Amino acid sequence: MTLSDASIAKLAAQLAGKQVSSRELAQTYLERINALNPAINAFITVDAEKTLTEAAAADARIAAGQAGPLTGVPVAHKDIFCTDGWPTTCGSKMLHNFVAPYDAHVIQRFKAAGMPSLGKTNMDEFAMGSSNETSYYGAVKNPWNLDYVPGGSSGGAAACIAARMAPAATGTDTGGSIRQPAALCGITGLKPTYGLVSRYGMIAFASSLDQAGPMAPSAEDCALLLNVMTGFDPNDSTSLEREKEDYTRDLDTPLAGLRIGLPREFFAAGLNNEVATAVEAAVAELKKLGATTVQISLANSQLAIPVYYVLAPAEASSNLSRFDGVRYGYRAPEYTDLNDMYAKTRAQGFGAEVKRRIMIGAYVLSHGYYDAYYLQAQKIRRLIADDFSAAFQTCDLILGPTAPGTAFKLGEKSDDPVEMYLNDLYTIPANLAGLPGMSLPCGFDSKGLPIGLQLVGDYFSEAKMLNVAHQYQRVTDWHSRQPEGLK
Amino acid sequence: MSLTQDDVKRIASLARIEIDDAQAQAAQAQLNSIFDLIATMQAVDTSGIAPMAHAQEVYQRLRDDVVTESDRHAAFQAIAPAVENGLYLVPKVIE
Repeated sequence: MTLSDASIAKLAAQLAGKQVSSRELAQTYLERINALNPAINAFITVDAEKTLTEAAAADARIAAGQAGPLTGVPVAHKDIFCTDGWPTTCGSKMLHNFVAPYDAHVIQRFKAAGMPSLGKTNMDEFAMGSSNETSYYGAVKNPWNLDYVPGGSSGGAAACIAARMAPAATGTDTGGSIRQPAALCGITGLKPTYGLVSRYGMIAFASSLDQAGPMAPSAEDCALLLNVMTGFDPNDSTSLEREKEDYTRDLDTPLAGLRIGLPREFFAAGLNNEVATAVEAAVAELKKLGATTVQISLANSQLAIPVYYVLAPAEASSNLSRFDGVRYGYRAPEYTDLNDMYAKTRAQGFGAEVKRRIMIGAYVLSHGYYDAYYLQAQKIRRLIADDFSAAFQTCDLILGPTAPGTAFKLGEKSDDPVEMYLNDLYTIPANLAGLPGMSLPCGFDSKGLPIGLQLVGDYFSEAKMLNVAHQYQRVTDWHSRQPEGLK
Repeated sequence: MSLTQDDVKRIASLARIEIDDAQAQAAQAQLNSIFDLIATMQAVDTSGIAPMAHAQEVYQRLRDDVVTESDRHAAFQAIAPAVENGLYLVPKVIE
């Protein structure tokens, strides 16, 4: 077993036992990034000198006996997190020249934990996309087949884990942006309950839905990362004040008595057969471990996509109004007056999908349309959340596919926004309700592309979800398989 | 409902995004297909349902009225497109 195959827990143990230094670890991953990233394009910024300086500081902490549980383990950050002194582009020309003057709360937490950054990962522009093709820095390729997309928007994060260019990565999820790329790249990713992870310094897309979370090969890895990422932050007005949890505490709990809810709407028309078969096989495996299943209905989940494509663009049109060429980021080189400067800066600085969503948002919020669109969408959002509350009366967790299919070819859906949006059919409902959701690998299709299954839990049930995922991963090896031909 | 090209240009102007005729035409078709998708929610009876603005019932926290931030305007303005004497420069607004 090579170093880059080891789990985070193993790496942490080797660091603590002084069998490996953080610098050696960082070097190992930087070499893999050097070798593999030109073909995969998972990273926007790599800065070996900065990484090695942070790793040396981690080694000093370990030597001084001041290490935390994960000190020295390197991690890759989605380029949506402001990182002091690093370029932070959000995948956009608009922020091509933007070097953040402060750290996002999530970055502060990883720094406090002594975990060096391996670089900033590629993403759909402003996290708007499901294929990582809208990035100004070019599409990310799926490590399982370079002709296919890795999913999005955290496509760089998912691809860098799948190719073992990093042992862990951060992602963000507004409508499925952690879970869908995790599914398409064969890794594990978790979107926590809304409010558990601070949004401070995380470039905003749709603030009532955005939530950061961990991405890694296994559920155990994600539990350890979640321990680092969560916690109250007064700088985020929606950050929740609750007692700190240890998300690894239930990993080894047996599953006897677990009630899994299977929403009939998630297994209906539109679901790829091979995905359905793999998810059903996973359910059978969980039953062997002592779980029982119950049929449930999330009747209004069918409306999640239309609701999302009102609410998310509305919030985005407001959030992205800050990009006006005045205080930071791109400014058009030529203009006649102030309004012309705004309009040209935004026309040149934003890509097509971002402009499309800003325009949808501007329209649904405009005079005379607010009640028909925005208010109606907010009411249906309530119905969708109520469906979940009712379902959790009869089950402990909800299980279904993460995405309706496996990875699709680069360019296959990029000309048809609606076709692209349908990829997030099963992931969006959890964002609208603010519930935690995760994706874990459960098989491969006939083309050798990974299949993901999704767990959605009640508010604050992350430890339970990680428990179920970990127990499943103890008896299966989908999560530890790696793409051939990359090493 | 269907957006006309003039609607598209009006929306672009509201969003402060310059758009030419060819772009407006391309955007028109795509926006209309998205609004067709959105229209499916119009049939739902939502009378009596309270709108849900947020996933959690959160309230704005209050804090003491004391200075908590240090002055970092030099660092923040170092990344601005045009600055002079601590001021952001924009084209002349008032003649």
